[in-house]
Amino acid sequence: MSILSVNQLSKSFGGLMAVKELSFKLEKGDILGLIGPNGAGKTTVFNCLTGFIPPDQGEILFHEKSVKDMQPYKISQLGLVRTFQIVKPFLTISVLDNVMVGALIKEKSITKARQESMEIIEFLGLGRMANVEAQGLPLPLRKKLELARALATKPKILLLDEVMAGLNPTEVDEIIDLIRQVNARGISILLIEHVMRGVMALSQRVLVINYGKKIAEGIPEEVVKDKGVIEAYLGKEFLSAQG
Amino acid sequence: MTRFYLFLASVLAVLLLLPLFLDKYELGIFVMIFFYAYLGQSWNVLTGYTGHISLGHALYIGIGAYTSTYLAQAFGLSPWIGMWVGALVAVVVAFCLGYLGFRFGLRGVYFVILTIAFAEITRLVVSHIAALGSFSGIFLDFKPSFSNFQFTGNIPYYYIALGFMIFSVIAVRLIETSKLGRFMVAIREDEDAAQALGVNAFKYNMIAIAISASMTSLAGTFYANYIFYIHPDSLFGMGLSIELILRPIIGGLGTIFGPVIGSFILTPLSEITRAYFAKGGLEGLHLIIYGILAILVVLFMPKGIIIYVKRVLNPILKLDEEN
Repeated sequence: MSILSVNQLSKSFGGLMAVKELSFKLEKGDILGLIGPNGAGKTTVFNCLTGFIPPDQGEILFHEKSVKDMQPYKISQLGLVRTFQIVKPFLTISVLDNVMVGALIKEKSITKARQESMEIIEFLGLGRMANVEAQGLPLPLRKKLELARALATKPKILLLDEVMAGLNPTEVDEIIDLIRQVNARGISILLIEHVMRGVMALSQRVLVINYGKKIAEGIPEEVVKDKGVIEAYLGKEFLSAQG
Repeated sequence: MTRFYLFLASVLAVLLLLPLFLDKYELGIFVMIFFYAYLGQSWNVLTGYTGHISLGHALYIGIGAYTSTYLAQAFGLSPWIGMWVGALVAVVVAFCLGYLGFRFGLRGVYFVILTIAFAEITRLVVSHIAALGSFSGIFLDFKPSFSNFQFTGNIPYYYIALGFMIFSVIAVRLIETSKLGRFMVAIREDEDAAQALGVNAFKYNMIAIAISASMTSLAGTFYANYIFYIHPDSLFGMGLSIELILRPIIGGLGTIFGPVIGSFILTPLSEITRAYFAKGGLEGLHLIIYGILAILVVLFMPKGIIIYVKRVLNPILKLDEEN
């Protein structure tokens, strides 16, 4: 049984079809990579799944239950939790307070929420920063904070929107390791990523979209050899030059 | 932190004993200090903590003042009860405003305009209702007794206003440390991010505006029974709406003691300059001084005077420990 199944999802902005009849499934405990060139519609897919943008058509089933037309907060409370590509920390409050907002969704007691949050902060290696205002964090740590907040809500599926963008290779390896550990706790993951190193290392399966349409799906090693995928990323000329 | 609480306790003790040494005029200034600190605190809940700028908060003062006064004059209801009816009316009006603003995503200047519109419409409507005194307002009969919320001399008003201010400080402190307050701040910082974490932004926005409006309206009842005269232009007008937000802005938005510190600085300044310049035939000059001060604070201390007060008091009170 798939924990998330998306059927024939479509969304257009005026004349532009951002997502076109996209269908895919995420199995429980899996990591699915969602890749595609810039402007392919990946973030729009996330926005539709999490209720930030209402889809025009299609079906989104989470645990066999439709979450289409639900408010973002409701979808998040059910356990389908996203991060933002452009990170959105609560700037003027501390890292701990940021994470506690997430923890307090499911935990009534402030004291317990604080404990849980500290554990997550330690887990992500932000321990020294717990009492620093979020605006004092550099980008790599803000990305971790984004992840920490989402984890604090006790999600069933994490939708990670480019958590590795802008990080150096060491930091990427660190995040890869952290995501693996999160996944090992039983959280299914849908990953939008441009950093191929991350996608290849983490995903059991990869879904490639271009102009909002699925152009390939499969295990990472095969997908990157797919002609359609190479064409989408590098153009026809590259393909013919390669012979 | 222990030192901090000791400090607060001693300030409180001084304030409790102060009326023994003050004359009526000086007491009146303190009444206004507490009154504006309370109003600033009430406004702070919606704007400082939740991030929605209201420029029509006089609306709720007017509602509180008119409701309790009307009920007292028409039905002989004690203002002590009438003030809660006023709070209820204020919440209903705030819900209408909040529903329009929060459900339909009016943010920033559009929300500001909505708050001004509500206050102005109410001002005009009240100005045309004969039972509420039309344009000329209502003079309250002076019948001093505890149940009438009317007293001779300023000492009872002093203690009531002080009680209001202390109540607001404690209430906001409790809100700030609770789940409610944390969600309000999250909404202020980034509403989308808060929603993505599962915060029902609409619900918490509505709670914030309801708390803010009801607290503000209680002050309206106090004001009516302190001044004995209510008038649509002064109670619903823009002047009061602006007056009541200056103190928390200058003191420090979204902080517990910001509105209090702001009021302790600005209110005496306003009262004294008003009296001083009125003698010299320069009525209104105090507003210019006020404006200049507000501009300077916004330019050079955007986080309010509280930052500097903290810096000065920190070595003595050790605020940073624990907390």
